[in-house]
Amino acid sequence: MSWTADEMMTVAAARALRDGARCFVGIGRPSTAANLARRTHAPNLVLIYESGTIGAKPDTLPLSIGDGVLAETADAVVPVPEIFNYWLQPGRIDVGFLGAAQIDRYGNINTTVIGDDYRDPRVRLPGAGGAPEIAASCREVIVIVKQSPRAFVERVDFVTSVGYGSGPGDRAKLGLTGRGPVLVITDLGVLEPDPETAELTLTQVHPGLIQTRRAPRPAGSWRSRRTCAPRRHPRRANWQRSGPSTV
Amino acid sequence: MGDITSLREAIADLVYDGATVALEGFTHLIPVAAGHEIIRQGRRDLTLVRMTPDIVYDQMIGAECARKLVFSWAGNPGVGSLHRFRDAVQNGWPRPLEIEEHSHAGMANRYVAGASGLPFAVLRGYVGTDLVEQTATIKPITCPFTGEVLTAVPALNPDVGIVHAQRADRAGNVQMWGITGVHKEVVLASRRSLVTVEEIVDELDPRPGAVILPGWAITYVAEVPGGAHPSYAMGYSERDNDYYQAWDAISRDRSAFTEWLSSHIGITA
Repeated sequence: MSWTADEMMTVAAARALRDGARCFVGIGRPSTAANLARRTHAPNLVLIYESGTIGAKPDTLPLSIGDGVLAETADAVVPVPEIFNYWLQPGRIDVGFLGAAQIDRYGNINTTVIGDDYRDPRVRLPGAGGAPEIAASCREVIVIVKQSPRAFVERVDFVTSVGYGSGPGDRAKLGLTGRGPVLVITDLGVLEPDPETAELTLTQVHPGLIQTRRAPRPAGSWRSRRTCAPRRHPRRANWQRSGPSTV
Repeated sequence: MGDITSLREAIADLVYDGATVALEGFTHLIPVAAGHEIIRQGRRDLTLVRMTPDIVYDQMIGAECARKLVFSWAGNPGVGSLHRFRDAVQNGWPRPLEIEEHSHAGMANRYVAGASGLPFAVLRGYVGTDLVEQTATIKPITCPFTGEVLTAVPALNPDVGIVHAQRADRAGNVQMWGITGVHKEVVLASRRSLVTVEEIVDELDPRPGAVILPGWAITYVAEVPGGAHPSYAMGYSERDNDYYQAWDAISRDRSAFTEWLSSHIGITA
């Protein structure tokens, strides 16, 4: 049996969701993973999309956060101000599930601009959407992002959504109510914040990964608890042959 | 009020050069045909407001209608970037685009304040983000009761608010259902408004959970069947996901885009 890096990442993310959790889902990989979880080990997972669909149970994967299948299968469809003000802001949602264009060692996320100058960006990205408040107010946050030097940076070019700011204690100082990013799931493994320094640290490597020159280590000086990989998988996964080169 | 008219006449009366215009629709019920009519009528220097500028705003920006964009997420939903928007921000083509950038929660609350007749809204948002420094319309405010510092955002009151809905009756009362986003808020926040509808009926059948906007709260209603395409109107049409994906290639290239403008909208750039 072989699998792709994307599939491994999606499966790992799905497994991180517990049954019955109320989950604020972003489109793309987070949505795929959340729907996989709901169809397997977490049938009572409550999927909440920012379009206002609460308890969506789609039988096909939506392309957008507002596809008809989400509204048709939801327990409730509420206006957008309500989803943010009544449901997200007071802390009624357990898990926020986010993607990122850039993420740094403290789990801060950038989806706004690449480059130093906001007014004259190298790359203009879509922007914040619901992410800043999801990152602030969900009880915890899970991030799914492909591991590459471009995505994993020492410091994000723009803080769209706050992780741990510049270190331990920052979330409390800012008055952010949720715990922040508890897991970052990549195509290579899983990172968690170090309990003392709040720095994201590699804690799991996906099965099938072998030690190569592109060891699963985040960019820069990021630390890694396990830089090397488990035993050789009998059949190499697709991404070992064709996956993107990383660190 | 709630006058039934044609799309062309409604746009000609409502949308003038330099106006602040919001065409809302949160994936569902996007007034795309109205956007195309604005392009066709050659409006310029608009401040375009919308939480989720998507394909129709990409088209309006590429067609040089916009001077400024007030928004919270500018992308092709489920597909990727908006290339005409990107080209305007990164390269100033076809003209530079000023931006005022928020989060969804901020924009939603700005409309709520606008619809409520209040000068600003309060939320627990933006704290610790770099948006605070870049956007003048995000300010801290201290709660007079608890002393807690929160965030204030000013009301949004567009000159013109435009949305699409399922039905209206002949008196111009509008009924819509499914994902209604900020439809009600933007119509009530705007000085003048247009609702394009799939059909005009003699009588609106009651529907559980449907939103009714009374005709007297709306300036114009225009019957535009399929006026939300490629978005959708629940009960009438499905979202055309292939179109959103096809737009990526068209919008990446300036000449493919201008060819689209002339072949689909009848505009020569």
